[in-house]
Amino acid sequence: MKIKSNIATSENGFIFNPATGDSFSGNTMAAALLLAMKSGKTEREIKQEILDRYDVKADQLNRDWEDWMIQLKEANLLELEG
Amino acid sequence: MEKLPYEKPYIKKLHGGVMNKFGGRSGVQPVKSIDGVLVRTLIENYGSPVFVLSEKQIRKNYRSAYRAFSTRYPKVQFAWSYKTNYLKAVCQIFHQEGSWAEVVSGFEYQKAIGNGIPGNKIIFNGPGKSNDELKTAIENDSLIHIDHFEELNQLLALSEELANKPRVAIRVNMDTGVYPLWDRFGFNYENGEAWTALSKVVDSGKLQLVGLHCHIGTYMLTTDAYGIAANKLCALAFNCQTQLNHKIDYIDMGGGFPSTNTLKGAYLPGQDTVPSVDDFAEVITSTLLNFGFANEDLPTLILESGRVLIDDAGYLLGSVIANKRLSAGKKALIVDFGVNILFTSFWYEHQVSPAQDFMPHTENMAIYGPLCMNIDVIRESINLPLLNPGDHVVVHKVGAYNMTQWMQFITLRPAVVLIDEQQRTHLIRSNETLAYIEEQELVPTHLKNTK
Repeated sequence: MKIKSNIATSENGFIFNPATGDSFSGNTMAAALLLAMKSGKTEREIKQEILDRYDVKADQLNRDWEDWMIQLKEANLLELEG
Repeated sequence: MEKLPYEKPYIKKLHGGVMNKFGGRSGVQPVKSIDGVLVRTLIENYGSPVFVLSEKQIRKNYRSAYRAFSTRYPKVQFAWSYKTNYLKAVCQIFHQEGSWAEVVSGFEYQKAIGNGIPGNKIIFNGPGKSNDELKTAIENDSLIHIDHFEELNQLLALSEELANKPRVAIRVNMDTGVYPLWDRFGFNYENGEAWTALSKVVDSGKLQLVGLHCHIGTYMLTTDAYGIAANKLCALAFNCQTQLNHKIDYIDMGGGFPSTNTLKGAYLPGQDTVPSVDDFAEVITSTLLNFGFANEDLPTLILESGRVLIDDAGYLLGSVIANKRLSAGKKALIVDFGVNILFTSFWYEHQVSPAQDFMPHTENMAIYGPLCMNIDVIRESINLPLLNPGDHVVVHKVGAYNMTQWMQFITLRPAVVLIDEQQRTHLIRSNETLAYIEEQELVPTHLKNTK
């Protein structure tokens, strides 16, 4: 679970992959998650931060996290592990 | 410190290329209430899913359709198409407005009688009428629309035994320049069968030929077809008067006017493409007026519109069960209503609106019902904001056919609620229960639970 290092992200949710030329727009939460992931925080730390700052319950966040991973994988933005 | 609002994280790929000439939609709007009654309250009181009908909209539709015809033609009569929606409360609204009843089976005929409609204001259509059903209709002086020669012979035989002279009309099918050609109802015009049937009725002296009827299609997108149909029926009526010396009282143009729903595969939304009732009225009435009848011989114009009068007065409210991702990453939304109660999702791209505020991002998704069947697809592709389990949605324009063609399959059929003109809600059909479904079942003794 790591964002590819060459991916450029902006604070307002614009994402650019220079290797493929693909660009994406994300919502506020997507922007926040991408910034946190790029800073090298662990999944646990990121989730805790979100729970502290945003009005969301842990079970909802955990569900959405699974979906978020699928979206990043589908968009080819995740570093291949192993 | 107050926490910031949360929404599901979501990214969307940006595509370069030529812009769509129609542009994007200006945005989905939440539909929080129907006729002033909150969606949330309706679901709390009557459960989810639930059908909701607006009495105000039904009356508005009827009055505007009646006005479209009656301001152009002196003798107009609407007959409510029972098969479109035969819930008693719905039929009564149309009857209060002045509609007769148009029925296509013995079951529907009995419903009309039960609703207090006098027999002579019931039009009995359809290709399957039993001897007993025809007898009742003759005794009640109803208008019997003959579909085939078997039925004509059946009526001739019955007229021998009964005191009343049956009042009948001939159903006529014809080429109106549209595909598919509906030639299964009635007698064909072009091959002369309609004239043969008509002459046979008049010559018999045992039946009163009072009308001519056609049902040229459904969801008709061209007004021309009605012009052609009206012209052919007028020609038959005119020939009947001049050659057989028999005057036809009415011409019944059937139904088939489209609602503003969008058909699957349509390039543009229904409300931008379908002709209005005024357009149809203009073509039909000008054909009748210009055909050459003397003023006193103008036939009454009967219309059996169903869909166009009720589709947009019906809503289906439901709730989100789950979100999921399909194999290729596409999002899918699972809701608590399936195609068994939303039959029209097979041919319409129903508009679906969230019933609460949402964040601005939308995502393309499929909407699936709760049935464990691959065909249970409400929308194959729709742009909606991100919805959470428990959120409510409103499906629009579901008033026609869904509450008659629905199936008790896998799940039970939900309640139907009417919102009256004073914004009061009335339960007009309770939700089904297991006991109701099993009431008709019998278990042989040797199969009874012996525990």
